[in-house]
Amino acid sequence: MHWVVEFLLFVILVVAAVVGLSVRNLLAAVVTLNVFTFMTAAVMVSLGAVDVAFTEAVVGAGAVGVFSIIAVFMTTRKSRD
Amino acid sequence: MTPNPEKETAPSCVEEGMKSPTESPIIHVACRGIAPCILLIGIYVFFHGHYSPGGGFQGGVLLAAGILLLRLALGPGLSQNIMPTWITLRLSAVGALIFAGTGLLTVIFGGKYLDYHYLHLLWPWLEPAWLRYYGILLVEVGVTMTVMTTLVAIYDDLLGC
Repeated sequence: MHWVVEFLLFVILVVAAVVGLSVRNLLAAVVTLNVFTFMTAAVMVSLGAVDVAFTEAVVGAGAVGVFSIIAVFMTTRKSRD
Repeated sequence: MTPNPEKETAPSCVEEGMKSPTESPIIHVACRGIAPCILLIGIYVFFHGHYSPGGGFQGGVLLAAGILLLRLALGPGLSQNIMPTWITLRLSAVGALIFAGTGLLTVIFGGKYLDYHYLHLLWPWLEPAWLRYYGILLVEVGVTMTVMTTLVAIYDDLLGC
């Protein structure tokens, strides 16, 4: 049963990474990056490393998300390439 | 994943809407309600770093996240009341001084760097276990102050306020 949960988390992890790299709306890319970080934290919890997961969740959602949103604020909201 | 062609040719009003802050009362009230809870959880994480996952860095980032949420929602002007910009770098210097000062105090008292056992010259009535407890707490106070204020300072510097 445990491997089912882990497999589901890894599937969401990979899907979030692919969507975050391919989406054109940069704000949506930031949000999917946060989803990716949160899923990484959940995988860490399932592996038993609660402290690493906590750091990952706090830094990924608290610091990196805010600073990425500031970067989108200051540049442009859509990717041009 | 193929991008939506309608969104590709959308007018650039979205960009301008992103750059000018909108005065939404819902966002104001929600963020002002959530931010104290985040700050409280940050203090909890910081003080329970001895027994449970967490500690100085995570608690500091949580405290900074609470302040950054207020900065994002209320704008740079109103949120100066909770933590003004001029105090951030000074507080981070004080935090680094607390961290390094605890270590240097143990060196002065004859031990190694951050060897909390030698703090018994400071608190001679305490047991060694409690000496280490309070030594770690002092270091965590310094780390929390430095991390929190440095993140807020980076945010203020990015926005140029």
